[in-house]
Amino acid sequence: MDEELVWRIAGGSGDGIDSTSQNFAKALMRSGLDVFTHRHYPSRIRGGHTYVEVRAAPEPVRSRGDGYNFLLALGDSFARNPQEEAYYGTEEVKPLSENLDDLREGGVIVYDEGLIDVDDVPDFEARVEANDWHVYPLDLRGMAREMGREVMRNTAGVGATGALLEYDLGHIEDLMADTMDGEVLATNREILESASERVEAMEFTHDLRMPEGSHDAEQVLLSGSNAISYGALDAGCRFIAGYPMTPWTEVFTLMTQHLPEVGGISEQVEDEIAAASLALGASHAGAKAMSGSSGGGFALMSEPLGLAEITETPVVLVEAMRAGPSTGMPTKPEQADLEHVLYTSQGDSNRVVLAPGDVEEAYEQTRTAFELAYDYQLPAILLYDQKLSGELRNVEEAFFDREPSPDLGATLDEDQLAEAAHHASGKFQRFQHDPDNDRGVSPRSIPGQAGGRFLATGNEHTPEGHISESPTNRVAQVNRRVRKLEAIREELDARETTHQTAHAPVEDAEYGIVTFGSQQGTVEEAVDRLAADGHGVKSLCVSELKPFAAAEVTRFLESVDEALVVEMNASAQFRGLIQRELGRFGDRLHSLLKYNGNPFEPAEVTEGYETIVDGAEPAPTTRFVPAAGD
Amino acid sequence: MSSFNAIGADRDVERDEYTPAIEPQATWCPGCGDFGVLKALKGAMAELGRDPEEILLVTGIGCSGKLSSYFESYGLHTIHGRALPIARATKLTNPGLEVVAAGGDGDGYGIGGNHFLHTARENHDMAYIVFNNEIFGLTKGQTSPTSPKGHESKIQPHGSAKSPIRPLSTAVTAGATYVARTAAVNPNQAQEILVEAIEHDGFAHIDFLTQCPTWNKDAKQYVPYIDVQQDDDYEFDTADRREAEEMMQRTERSLYEGEVLTGRFYHETDRPSYGEEKREAGEMPDEPLAEQYHDDDHEWERSYDLLDAHK
Ligand SMILES: Cc1ncc(C[n+]2csc(CCOP(=O)(O)OP(=O)(O)O)c2C)c(N)n1
Ligand code: SF4
Ligand SMILES: [Mg+2]
Repeated sequence: MDEELVWRIAGGSGDGIDSTSQNFAKALMRSGLDVFTHRHYPSRIRGGHTYVEVRAAPEPVRSRGDGYNFLLALGDSFARNPQEEAYYGTEEVKPLSENLDDLREGGVIVYDEGLIDVDDVPDFEARVEANDWHVYPLDLRGMAREMGREVMRNTAGVGATGALLEYDLGHIEDLMADTMDGEVLATNREILESASERVEAMEFTHDLRMPEGSHDAEQVLLSGSNAISYGALDAGCRFIAGYPMTPWTEVFTLMTQHLPEVGGISEQVEDEIAAASLALGASHAGAKAMSGSSGGGFALMSEPLGLAEITETPVVLVEAMRAGPSTGMPTKPEQADLEHVLYTSQGDSNRVVLAPGDVEEAYEQTRTAFELAYDYQLPAILLYDQKLSGELRNVEEAFFDREPSPDLGATLDEDQLAEAAHHASGKFQRFQHDPDNDRGVSPRSIPGQAGGRFLATGNEHTPEGHISESPTNRVAQVNRRVRKLEAIREELDARETTHQTAHAPVEDAEYGIVTFGSQQGTVEEAVDRLAADGHGVKSLCVSELKPFAAAEVTRFLESVDEALVVEMNASAQFRGLIQRELGRFGDRLHSLLKYNGNPFEPAEVTEGYETIVDGAEPAPTTRFVPAAGD
Repeated sequence: MSSFNAIGADRDVERDEYTPAIEPQATWCPGCGDFGVLKALKGAMAELGRDPEEILLVTGIGCSGKLSSYFESYGLHTIHGRALPIARATKLTNPGLEVVAAGGDGDGYGIGGNHFLHTARENHDMAYIVFNNEIFGLTKGQTSPTSPKGHESKIQPHGSAKSPIRPLSTAVTAGATYVARTAAVNPNQAQEILVEAIEHDGFAHIDFLTQCPTWNKDAKQYVPYIDVQQDDDYEFDTADRREAEEMMQRTERSLYEGEVLTGRFYHETDRPSYGEEKREAGEMPDEPLAEQYHDDDHEWERSYDLLDAHK
């Protein structure tokens, strides 16, 4: 029997799948389980198949897992063309039929027989038999209609799920009471109970039951976007400017909900060039500021990004990757903007790039991004993707029990300015090249301060800010700006904690798996499975992409014979980065790529590993590229 | 207590204070109208008694963008077309700053045109000076959005087929609450208009005719100029949008027929600035954002206290 539940709720986009699954996940968390969600949705408001998977277990869950073991197939209310009274193709059975083969052996199916006719699903009976699936048809829509309104059929489905898994529905009812009241609450309760009663009267043929667990400490359920927003707020960020674009919109929305209440400012502006420009302006005027976008919008930010680099204006930008190029697949994750984010904008790039691997790291590294941006006066970019943006995970509440850090970094106050070096013109020497300054950082003044005036310009400039093309000055300024990045590397290397996440369940592993960002949990789960099967394998998930975590990655790669680089893109950008940064290991780095719009599943990673070890075929959804010379 | 003591210093300021003590060598050509803007701006700021360190001069890229090199204050010389969005945020962050944005006609009406529309629409509290020399100066004389139809240059060898943009009408249609045109050849009017524009609470757009003798016209071609407020032939009410729009249309057309009309065209006094509107909507902090970071008593909320919704 499975010790975990992977519950898939599938239906029409716009049918409330998201909020139903979120409440269900929260109820499971409250009852002591660890949870993780995976969202799959099309790029439209209405119509189109959508599903969310909630994976729950007594132990920490780090990925979506492979497949699912419980399917709640709701009807798709947008599958029917209201004008024609006809269905669009096979849309109406999609909640039941799509990826049905991913349902594990012995899995449970509940479907809305009021809307779905199994005769329309090819070979349904035969597949059910072959896989030992247990099917419970229920007229969920009918029940909801009878007692309330059709939209409440999600509640009926949850009631049926609870009963089949012998799960205490009290947790669900509590949650309903948190978010509804009056007649709506009463009706939903009634539907929940009646669905559960109807199911209890049926004969159960399945073994799957709700796993049981308990937490020692209070938990909270958050997405990567929640974590980024909280990290920014705790870092003292009080200004955001943006333009909507999936999936970055989530962070933008969350920040906008919080900022006015804490004395901050949010601006939705005309385009992303403006968005990044506003963030720069706010920072220049003395606020901790951020902007962000997804690939297309981030492309528009290139020039302001370069302006931040040369004027040494701190700013944090977040980039939520989705499948490209161009509009690509707006709601699907990919990691193909890595090179874009590292190098875009003219001139030598001078920025920090961090890619968090999970919800906690998203919080942590957002704070690091602000800290480095303001201490070193440069842009820091947080690179994540549609997967991390929306996936929910439970985190100990105490994790967030920390002090805010509104410090503006390298700035001077008016008293310090009175003592500071000024140019003969009276201007403050804001861009000094002091050879004794070993971090390269020249503290700044802020407009409005007495004694601090200077010129900030996107042209190369002298210490007081005047435009200059003097070769000596140019070299001194470039060297100082480059020095800042080296100093950041030294500071990060000297820290007791690292942003990289190593996972080594067995000692002396000969094989390594390397990844970055959101694939961390999936890779670690794959490593655990391989280790349990006796393989000598370990993993490293890299977050510090610029300045690159060279020492740690070198140590890791030196300790293994061969490594598999796992990333969601078609051109092996991360493998390229490792080789570029380290200048070696080309003959030991194999690539496992996936770019079909879905994140990796652990089994795909283990199969990729087996491809290196014994030449087995990789999963058809992935692409294996052997190491150079292999 | 403020951490920005240059703001509101309210003292007598000599116009010399806006001249850098060691003046960088001017990169403007002799006879360039840009000198006229610099002079008028110094005069206006002295008249208003603004401390150089409470002024943030945000400029774009072009010959015009060099203004911030020759005017002593906090300066922010940005990128081509983006002075306005950057300036907007500085004002929202520290509303006490005297924010002035400036740039060329290519900068503001071409590459930055979208920002021009939206900054006007939102009525941000700042003066915006567009150096309108009807040409791309810095890149050597190509046709700009205000160049006349038929304008010839290396890139338009057969003469431009495009009609010029209508900067004044565009500003008022978009939502600017103060719209004026002045000219480098008329320093007194220029200074008066700049004073009004800086004092105006809202978006004040000044289309500033700056001759470019190198690629376009010399000063003589903007003379004689007519001040529509001084001349009885041009009776209209600057508070009446319809009348103002008519006057602007005429002014824009006549420039290309050799008649240089200048003056105030539109002045709306009762519309609140964007900052005020935003405050009204509960979206602007009472304590200026820039001050919060220096205020030891400021309470910094923690995400830990926002977690109830996640339990
Ligand atoms: C993104 C970008 N495109 C092009 C340029 C080159 N460029 C610099 S100034 C300018 C036009 C200048 O014309 P205008 O804005 O009217 O200013 P003027 O020099 O006439 O004062 C151009 C095209 C640039 N700096 N940046
Ligand atoms: S090129 Fe024209 S606009 Fe530029 S400085 Fe010379 S005269 Fe002035
Ligand atoms: Mg021009």
